[in-house]
Amino acid sequence: MPSRRRGEPGSGAAGAEGERELLSAADLARTVARVAHEIIERNAPDGATARVVLLGLPTRGTFLARRLAERIGEITGATVPTGTLDPTLYRDDLRLRPTRALAETEIPAVGIDDAVVVLVDDVLFSGRTVRAALDALRDHGRPRAVQLAVLVDRGHRELPIRADYVGKNVPTNRTEDVAVRLVEVDGEDGVSLR
Amino acid sequence: MTAPTTGPSGTGPEPTGIGLRHLLSTDGLRREQALALLDTAANMEQALTGRTVRKLPTLRGRTVVTLFYENSTRTRVSFEVAGKWMSADTINVSASASSVSKGESLRDTASTLAAAGTDCLVVRHPASGAPHRIAAWLDHVAHSHLGAEGHVAVVNAGDGTHEHPTQALLDAATLRARLGRVEGAHVAIVGDILHSRVARSNAHLLATLGARVTLVAPPTLLPVGVAGWPVEISHDLDAVLGGGPDAVMMLRVQAERMHGGFFPSAREYAIRFGLSEARADRLPDHAVVLHPGPAVRGMEIASAVADSSRAAISDQVTAGVHVRMAVLYHLLAGEDVA
Repeated sequence: MPSRRRGEPGSGAAGAEGERELLSAADLARTVARVAHEIIERNAPDGATARVVLLGLPTRGTFLARRLAERIGEITGATVPTGTLDPTLYRDDLRLRPTRALAETEIPAVGIDDAVVVLVDDVLFSGRTVRAALDALRDHGRPRAVQLAVLVDRGHRELPIRADYVGKNVPTNRTEDVAVRLVEVDGEDGVSLR
Repeated sequence: MTAPTTGPSGTGPEPTGIGLRHLLSTDGLRREQALALLDTAANMEQALTGRTVRKLPTLRGRTVVTLFYENSTRTRVSFEVAGKWMSADTINVSASASSVSKGESLRDTASTLAAAGTDCLVVRHPASGAPHRIAAWLDHVAHSHLGAEGHVAVVNAGDGTHEHPTQALLDAATLRARLGRVEGAHVAIVGDILHSRVARSNAHLLATLGARVTLVAPPTLLPVGVAGWPVEISHDLDAVLGGGPDAVMMLRVQAERMHGGFFPSAREYAIRFGLSEARADRLPDHAVVLHPGPAVRGMEIASAVADSSRAAISDQVTAGVHVRMAVLYHLLAGEDVA
């Protein structure tokens, strides 16, 4: 399964007829706020217990990580270092498709050694991107712990990977697409199933 | 619904093969291919910045052979480092230490390396066009019944006085980093254009990327057919520098390829076409000085200029590794292109 969010090509992609809204813009904002609270509750990133670093997986995970950092900052007053980690060079399916373009990698200057790194992505599907990200992370340093936050968990895992924070669990068919839209990339917020 | 480079719901960048099977020249390299290579090189640099472990698993199990029929330090090392940092197995074959010295033909050497399981052949050769010939032979073998080896990608690492595409790409990457852009920049390429594969590759690539290029050389050091290149030509360095170029690329006078008198004396050449301190001082503050190396100090470039903050010579070497990683990535990481 090369891509974790899109269904098999040609199957579900054909029609816009069966589009179903999973999260509205307001739902999405509430979900991000709830996940921010959960991250605080678990790690207390006000400096008391743990140093938390949020790393988004491009493209939309990066923006979700920034939003989470903002919410955590509003709630606790703490500044949470945020970065982005492109796992493409660590993927196990590179040889199965034409070459992928790379995305940005930016690890916060404070580094990830001994920090609690929260990987942030929009959709959790096969788990292969997260596997690649864990390998990439290992070459950047040794975090005290790694946690995973996703906006949507759509099931169909192919590896023993689970998320620590889930915005919404959505049972899906493999052939369906979960489309996450963010203002920063798509001009609007929302999640739908096609 | 989404930006063209990203898939729905943020699958990350979509697979975008750039349709590169070999890298033989910058002449004919499409703008979007060149930009994809430069973007990838920048991302490679980011991926390696600040890490203790400079190793990526991307090309595990792939074999890159550097086949060098000419001496080289930076290009060969740069390709080998690029391959190793991406976990490819890199093997160096130099003509003097191989069966070439026993009289083996170029074609037989290339076929042997392909049959031994090479995925990518990086070739430097004193004869212009040698890498093209190798690519054509290997493609023919791969498409015939003998094609058990599959596709072997060929990279031109400098062929005679023809092309040196990865040098031009690393120069463009350096200009991008220093100037913030290549498009619209004015670049003067100065010196021995006649013998320079670097100049030819740069002239084509920079034009493709939208830069304005002026070649500055004595008439004896300009190649026949230069009128067909996408460049302006001048014989007066001071006049060109007076126009305030954004970058000046100094070329080495290739005495080893010269059989005859191309200019009266080294001293006269240095006076008319060398980048002295006084000339460098007249450049705009932001202007960058490039040299592909190896530089002959006091001839084409004054020592003080080569060591000044304007000079991007060591940046070029660093960019070279990232650019060659990008080239190997696009040639080898994805599925085989038919």
